[in-house]
Amino acid sequence: MAGLRQYEVLFIVDPGADDDEVAKITDTFKQIITDQGGTITKAETLGRRQLAYEILRKKEGTFVDIELEGSGKEIAELERRMRVNDRILRYLTVRMDEERQRAEKFKDKRARKAAKRPFGAGQSAARRGTSDFAPAVDDASEG
Amino acid sequence: MSANYEDRNRNYEDRQRNYENDDDGDRGRGGRGGRRMHRRRICRFCIEKVDIIDFKDLRLLSNYVPERGKILPRRISGNCAIHQRMLAEAIKRARNIALLPYTTD
Repeated sequence: MAGLRQYEVLFIVDPGADDDEVAKITDTFKQIITDQGGTITKAETLGRRQLAYEILRKKEGTFVDIELEGSGKEIAELERRMRVNDRILRYLTVRMDEERQRAEKFKDKRARKAAKRPFGAGQSAARRGTSDFAPAVDDASEG
Repeated sequence: MSANYEDRNRNYEDRQRNYENDDDGDRGRGGRGGRRMHRRRICRFCIEKVDIIDFKDLRLLSNYVPERGKILPRRISGNCAIHQRMLAEAIKRARNIALLPYTTD
């Protein structure tokens, strides 16, 4: 369970805030993350867009997306700060590492399946020794 | 009520057909005409080998959210269970952050 966790934080800034203010808010949040020992892997302002429903009577907002890596402490602090800040209409934190891991697993499974197919790319399966159906050509080359 | 439901169902299927069409032309999907259509079950995500469905990808998600704002059921879209779950999760996240509506009235 050791190892860093990856998170994606998406938050909506009040439409009353201009670009400078959005940048300022984003910077303070980034500062909080790095202060807590996290590293930012991506920060992007997605721009102003219509909300699908009203939040606090606001019909639009500026979306900012931050991806970071850390222990989880940063998230606790960041969320606390966002909750307090009334310029933030809404935020959503998603843990990415588990999903990425799962994606890796899928990819791996697909590769293995492809390898198992007779007359397909049988080489990798033979090397791993998981397939009982290894093409004869491979056996000869190994022996 | 039941007639109404049928109507809605047909709407779903129409949308689905449009979606299939605008993506990669006509895939072999003949033989309709009966009351109930038997379309082959095809998971588009499996074909395109999608491993992660991003909740910010509205262009993708909106294909699975009919006007009413509901999640398109598997029996209509033909998604496999794994991908339907991922899709549902993504749609729910998008709803939370106001990218998609919970309801429309």
